[in-house]
Formats: sequence, structure tokens, C-alpha cells
Amino acid sequence: MRTIRVCCGTGCLANGSAKVAAEFERLIAAQDADAKVECTVKRTGCNGFCENGPLVTIIPDQISYYHVKEGDVAEILEKTIANGEPVERLLYKNDKGERVRSQADNPFYVPQMKIALRNIGKITPDNVDDYLATGGYEGLKKALTMTPDEIITELEKSGLRGRGGAGFPTGRKWRTAAGYNVFPKYVACNGDEGDPGAFMDRSVLEGDPHSVLEGMAICALAIGAEEGFLYIRDEYNLAVQNVKAAIAAAEARGIIGDNILGSGKRLKLSVVRGGGAFVCGESTALMASIEGRVGEPRAKYIRSVQRGLWNQPTVLNNVETLANVPYIITHGGDHYASVGTQGSKGTKVFALVGKVKRTGLVEVPMGTTLRHLIFDIGGGIQGNRAFKAVQTGGPSGGCIPASLLDLPVDFDTLTSYGAMMGSGGMIVMDDRSCMVEVARYYIKFLSEESCGKCTPCREGLRHMLKILTDICEGRGRMEDLDTLESLGEMLKDSSLCALGKSAPNPVLTTLKYFRDEYEAHILEHRCPAGVCTKLTSFEIDADACKGCSACKRACPADAISGEVKKPHHIDPAKCIVCGSCREACKFGAIITKGRDAE
Amino acid sequence: MQISMEEIEEVLRSYPREQRYSLAIMQDLQHRFNHIPREGMEALAEYLSCPLSVLYSMATFYKALSLKPKGKHIIKLCDGTACHIRGAGSLIGGITRLLGIQAGETTEDGLFSLELVNCLGSCALAPVMVVDGTYYGKMTMEKLPAVLNSYREEAKAQ
Repeated sequence: MRTIRVCCGTGCLANGSAKVAAEFERLIAAQDADAKVECTVKRTGCNGFCENGPLVTIIPDQISYYHVKEGDVAEILEKTIANGEPVERLLYKNDKGERVRSQADNPFYVPQMKIALRNIGKITPDNVDDYLATGGYEGLKKALTMTPDEIITELEKSGLRGRGGAGFPTGRKWRTAAGYNVFPKYVACNGDEGDPGAFMDRSVLEGDPHSVLEGMAICALAIGAEEGFLYIRDEYNLAVQNVKAAIAAAEARGIIGDNILGSGKRLKLSVVRGGGAFVCGESTALMASIEGRVGEPRAKYIRSVQRGLWNQPTVLNNVETLANVPYIITHGGDHYASVGTQGSKGTKVFALVGKVKRTGLVEVPMGTTLRHLIFDIGGGIQGNRAFKAVQTGGPSGGCIPASLLDLPVDFDTLTSYGAMMGSGGMIVMDDRSCMVEVARYYIKFLSEESCGKCTPCREGLRHMLKILTDICEGRGRMEDLDTLESLGEMLKDSSLCALGKSAPNPVLTTLKYFRDEYEAHILEHRCPAGVCTKLTSFEIDADACKGCSACKRACPADAISGEVKKPHHIDPAKCIVCGSCREACKFGAIITKGRDAE
Repeated sequence: MQISMEEIEEVLRSYPREQRYSLAIMQDLQHRFNHIPREGMEALAEYLSCPLSVLYSMATFYKALSLKPKGKHIIKLCDGTACHIRGAGSLIGGITRLLGIQAGETTEDGLFSLELVNCLGSCALAPVMVVDGTYYGKMTMEKLPAVLNSYREEAKAQ
């Protein structure tokens, strides 16, 4: 009996995995009833290696195929399912160019250690039986035999800290909430994953929703809550769908609902769809949004763990945090704490994206170095170009230069360098990424997402954006850099919520580590990376150009002329400086230059 | 689009009369009518016994909600960081050139609306464009015209 696991996460679905799964089912159904091999097709959650999707894994052979198309299905059935032989061309090619059969030999997966993502890619997300078969809801069963104090003590022993970015000790949060003798209490899950470049929460909600429900149920037992909410981003359709299905299935089985596993305890869970506002990832704004109000944060003289939803004690935990909870209760806090560093225990899921060869979701022990993540797991920089920076922690994080690549990644180390681990987005940039433009990008993002309630954030960001835009467009002055720094410090000190307080990080870190790029924009009137269009012009090096016409085909503005096998030419009047030619050229013949002031 | 009060009532009545459902109701209205019609806002204010101004502040705060009608096809171009550094910026310019609209606008024929979104969580496929829920990963300027034309052709055929 073989199982065919077809990855149906958002990434693989975008690459057509639904058709692949349907084709497997069609061909299997069409086989003779007395066919010698029985097999089932399973639609699983995200395997994390989305760029190479659709992914298909054959169990028990542990053969993993990548980039599978409908047309490959018949061959897989014939060779692998009937005879146990791999289809060579669909196997992953490692760095040495050898084909590898299973995930256990794939350099992307080998260094990983999966706790939060333990079931994803193996189970059908909304199928309770699948989840139960992996030991699911064992943590909840065990928690029902424990006192609230014992549950919380186990969490404290594990050293688990909030995975949403702030890193607050989960056990301490639960203990505080449990201490209030005020009812009702609420448990809430923060699935408003807004940091661009991070998608671990989407993956967990889509691929293993029951683990989050189980984590919430354990929390509810520990603090004495009977109602809970999952606040999920509006953009995450599949996640909303799978979580709703999982809640319905768990209620139908009596796992949650009016009588949790026959214990007489209750927990009613419901999904609230986000409205598409980044600031709603902030705890008090999120709660305002659940209550049906505008998602503006409030000053936290009184923490939401004391007065949260409808002014009642509320525990809000991140998706990944909650997915760790059942594992901790099942295996014990000490076991979990044996992984990681002194101050940061367990594993962390990172979204490794940007200009890196192997992009995707990776889960590694805390304390793994940036170099290991980017160069071993990620395979290095696309096109073997030069590494310039890695941006961690989303808009609140910073840009870390090559000289700091050996830093271990945990809650505390990156923070001491002005960046932060944050929710785990890790965006790799090469020499064609302009750090000034990246800083401008984040400030633009945040000024649009600022709710406008407090003045420092609303006005400060607007002013910083104006200065950064001026620099990117060739109107910068050296004294602007000092103004940026003082505005940044002002925002840190005086903003109402973490959005404003951490907003200057991308600017302050790029000013600290990449000041030369700012200076090149201002003093030399050029963008070293060739990104800022007003400070860049492209020319073709006639000696390097082979006349292949790749640039001419790629140019959206018809600015390139030239005969085949003869050097081409860019018409500067038509050129829109989009960089398509530079990406298309295989010979490095496109030269990036500055531009005279207009 | 014809807006019938029956349809609006139907959406409202599927939720209890509590403020906490205001966002969900508005999202349903948005989904049904491609925007929240004035009649819907007024009916909701009455249904929840809450001032229209409160609902108006929500409708203008949340990006998922819109008081103006949107195009038949909604193009969501991701400008999250991963997509941004892999060239989303030039795709925005490309769409603007091809359709003559900026982000947040709708084409005159009402066929397309362009929205910039801040990360769809599909960073591994960057740059990503989504049209009405269909994902187009690793978009390029070269692929752009064909994708947009396929929706135009479909509209013509109807």
C-alpha cells in the first residue's frame, strides 16, 4: 500500500498541484480493479520548498519529486508506484549536480529540525484522523490530567518565547492570566501575519490547523477560558478555510466544544477574518478589530493579559507559538529546552526568501548562524552573485551586512546589533539590491500602515519617507542623514506602539552598515546597485556583448537595438531603467552607471 | 450592478445584532457587491443600532473594504519585500503602461482594478501577481501582456 502525498499549500497550488493530484486520482481510478498495487492520494499542506513545486512524495519509498506536471503522473504511476523505481528527471539535483531520492538527502531539508512544522506535508490538513494518527491531541489529553499550575510550569520549563517577534515568555504570560480571578477569560491566536517576507504562520494554519487548535485548548485549560478566537489575515483564503474545517471537525468529534474530550470543560473557537491592516498584528489593535472596531492600538498601562478582549483577561499567542505547545506538553518542557541557546529555547521557523538559491520555509534550532541558513540550507546567492545583506524581522527589523554573517540567530543576539529576529522573515539581498531604496521601501510601507493615532509615528514616518525619496531621486543632502538619525531616535522613544517604536530600524541599520551607499547617492549622484532609476543609466559594453539579443527581447520599452551577433545599443531616451536587460544578459555586458543631475 | 435590499438584508440577517460582527458583515457585503454600497452601510447602521460614522471609519480604515465599486477582475500585485527586490516595482510600471491605471484605480471599462498588497505569503514564488484568486508566480514583464489579455479575451467572448 503506497501513499502519494501531493503538496497543496498555496505555493504548490499556484504551480498547479491541484491538477496533479486530480490526475493521480483519475489514472488510479482508471486502472483495472485487479491492479497489483493499491495506493491513495493525499493532499497535504506546505512542504516549505515552494519554489520547486508542485512537490510529490511517495510513501513508504520516501521518494520526493519536484516540479511535477500533469504529464508526469502516468510515468510516476508506472515506474514508482508499480515497480518502486524513481523517475530520475523529477528528483532534486543537489549542489554537486547529483539527483537525490528523498528529503533525507536533500541539502534543503537535511539540517532542519521540525517541531512546529512536524506534521506539515505529511497529513491532510482538515482530516482529524490524520492528525490523531501522528499523536495529535495527546497533549490535550495529558493536559486534562494536569492542574493549570502543572501545565504552566511545564511551559515555563520549556523556555518557550512568543514566536511573533517580541519573544515574551509564554509560560509567564499564561501564569499572569491564570492569576486573575475575573471571568470570562479569552484565548486568542494571532494569525495576522503581516510582515512581508514571512509565511510560516500561513503554512501552519493551512497545513496543520489542529496543532494550533490543540495549543489553544491547552491554553484555555491553563488559564480558565471558555472562548477563543483565531484572527487570520484576509489574504490567507486557504488558511481560513482549513481552520474553519478543522474547528468543525474537532467539534464534531467532541475534542473541543461543549465537552472537551468528555471532561465537562468547554471551549468555543471561532475564526475572525482580518481587514487587511498591518497594525492589527499589534495585540491591542488586533483585539479592537475582533471586537468590531477600528484596529487602533491603545497605550498599554494595563496589559491585555489583564484587560484584553472586552476588558477581560486575554492571552494572545502567535500561531507558531501555539503549534509548539502540544509538543511541549506531550514530550515535557525539559525535552524542549534541550534544543536552542541559553535564552532562546527550541526551534524557529524562518522564511528564507529573496535572492537566495533555495527559498522556502526552514525550521532550525535557535542559535543557528546566518551563514549556515543562507549558504548551506539556502545554497548561497542566486547566480553566484555577491551577498550584500540579509534583512531580518520584517519592517521592524534591520539589515545585517556580510561581516556579521556568523552571528547566531536568536531573540537576543540580533537585537543587540540593531536588527531583530522578529517573526522569522529572512530576506537575502545581493549587490543588485539598493540599501537606501530598501530603507525607503520599508518606511513607505510603514507610513501607509501607520494607523495615524499618535503623532510621532504618523508625522515622523511621513517626514522620513520624504527625505529618503529625495535621496533616491537625487535631491539628497548630507545633513539629511543626521535628520534621519534624530527622527529615528524620536520615533523609538515616543511612539505609542511597537509599529512606530521599531519603524526606524531599517533606516538606522542601513545608515550604520551601508553609509557608503547613502553617500554615493548624495555625493556622487549614482545608485551603486543600479536600482534607483533617477540615479542610474545602463550602457552596453560593446566588447562583452555577444549580440545574442536576450536584452532586446527582455526590454519592455523597445529601447535596445542591434543586429544578431553584433554589439547592441541602448537608447537612453527610451530606456525606463527597469533593469530587465541586466537580468537577461548572461555575459555581464550591461554596465550600470550614474546619471547627471537633471 | 443591481443592488437589491433583499440581498443586503440576507447578508445582515446571517449574523447576530452585535458590534463584534460588523467587520465580518462588511466583508460579506464587499464580497457580494465588489464594494460596500451606501444602502448597505445605512442598513447595517440600523441593524446594529450603531452610528453610521463608526461604520464609515471602519470602511475607510480596513484595506479589505471599499466604498467605491471595483473592477470585474481584481489584480493584486504583491509588493512585499521579497517580491519588491525581485522586481515587483517594474511590474507595477508595466501594468500601469498596459492598462493606464495606477494602484488603487479601476480601468474605464470596469474590467480591471489594480491593488498593491504587502505580501501574500508566497515569497518563494516572487514576484507574485494574483488575479481573482489565481496565482501567477515568478511574473515577468514578458509574461504580463499575455496574462492580462487572457482576461480581456474572456470578457470579449462573453
